[in-house]
Amino acid sequence: MKNCEYQQIDPQALPTPTPTPQPHHGNDTEKKKEPRRPRRKWEVFPGKNRFYCDGRIIVARQSGVLPLTLGLILVTSGLFFIFDCPFLVKHLTSCIPVIGGVLFVFVLITLLQTSFTDPGILPRATPDEAADIEKQIDNTGNTSYRPPPRTKEVLINQQVVKLKYCFTCKMFRPPRTSHCSLCDNCVERFDHHCPWVGNCVGKRNYRFFYTFIVSLSFLTAFIFGCVTTHLALRAQGGKGLVFALQESPGRYPLVICFFSVWSILGLSGFHTYLVASNLTTNEDIKGSWSGKSGEDVTNPYSHKNIFINCCSVLCAPMPPSLIDRRGFLPADESAQTGSADIELPTLAAKSEINVVGAAFALQKSPSPVETSLPAVAPTQHLSAACC
Amino acid sequence: INTYRTSSNQLCSSKVFIQRHYSSGTICKFQTKFPSELESRIDEQQFEETIQTLNNLYAEAEKLGGKSYLEGCLASLTAYTIFLCMETHYEKVLKKIARYIKDQNEKIYAPRGLLLTDPIERGLRVVEITIFEDRSIGSGR
Repeated sequence: MKNCEYQQIDPQALPTPTPTPQPHHGNDTEKKKEPRRPRRKWEVFPGKNRFYCDGRIIVARQSGVLPLTLGLILVTSGLFFIFDCPFLVKHLTSCIPVIGGVLFVFVLITLLQTSFTDPGILPRATPDEAADIEKQIDNTGNTSYRPPPRTKEVLINQQVVKLKYCFTCKMFRPPRTSHCSLCDNCVERFDHHCPWVGNCVGKRNYRFFYTFIVSLSFLTAFIFGCVTTHLALRAQGGKGLVFALQESPGRYPLVICFFSVWSILGLSGFHTYLVASNLTTNEDIKGSWSGKSGEDVTNPYSHKNIFINCCSVLCAPMPPSLIDRRGFLPADESAQTGSADIELPTLAAKSEINVVGAAFALQKSPSPVETSLPAVAPTQHLSAACC
Repeated sequence: INTYRTSSNQLCSSKVFIQRHYSSGTICKFQTKFPSELESRIDEQQFEETIQTLNNLYAEAEKLGGKSYLEGCLASLTAYTIFLCMETHYEKVLKKIARYIKDQNEKIYAPRGLLLTDPIERGLRVVEITIFEDRSIGSGR
């Protein structure tokens, strides 16, 4: 296979005049012409997410009402500590601010963890994989003019489960995975996208979410109870309930808590049910396993034991993040994405090189390279001249 | 042809993808079906053994048992802040898997012109096997 040897691309042979030859890997190491710092993978992440602290923190692009959630919690707790606690410490016990403090810290930490943790995002398929899957789909011998089926059926614990093909991520979604349109990512064990925390809730952060709403229920109920006690004691003290209400700004936590405690308690109850039956909100809403279509369907993921279900959802080993936000892009790709030359797509389209690297780089970085990316078809790499 | 290659200098390569096997649910498991493209390169039993070992390692990573429950409960008591400073059980096994793959590549796959890619680099979707067809083969990187 003689023609498998390296052949330099003659820059003059290209229609687009390239002033300098592409200073990439291969033989010349002209990296000094383009001193690019190595880029991290989060910088070219295709989903709609934002990253902070050099990729350590990930949030959805729309922060939703996370500031509101934080604000409500901080203000309510703050008012509670400032106005109600001194009174209650004096008249009841000093445990109250301690318990309140612990709950408050718990709520805050779990809220931030829910918001800033990767929920279980699946990285998109590489061009090679996508091409391979396309080939397999086309090979199913579909002769009709209709497009080939984009679902696959698997048998899980004697239950037929349909896997759908995700057109954005170019792969068949694993079971229980769903594509979140707000974040534009496929998320494993997708529960729901929570605007209150500004992130999807999925496999990796469900336990944080659950702990958050449970501890928030306790905190809300606790503050509600304490403020009620406070006002009751004040009212007893002489001047009546109305005066007590007017007097102390400690009444504001009462109002907030009164309206929120029912919904938060309700939500905690609902999620406790989901945890105990190993269901996701998504599956429950769609009625995937409720058998409403008349068939005998059961949840194939349930361990049929409440205790084991709870443990597997909340205490299972913490799965790793699959998107490797802080990993470095291979040097040649970061140089490619960084160069943002117009010649790039032309070069990739014209030359019969293994376009995997180029295609990967081009697909991964839509912003710097603004020309027609779809021009680089994933099948081009198969026409590598040597083989 | 200039090498725009990312990680390997070899040009003539094709890839085979071993997909996930979902019959046991959502745990990470790969299909052990022997792909026809590898028939001339490696024997079926060797391939199956590699995939099976990988499957066993992933099962170990995701195993539910007394130890993992304890870890989970303790973590929840600290509001999961313990994850910030401790290496989780899963991560430890992933390192083991990385070592195993490196070892397999060095001993078995590279001499036959093949390269296993750690599935974690592909989001645990596939085991990617690159087949090099260049005669002047070096060790696959």
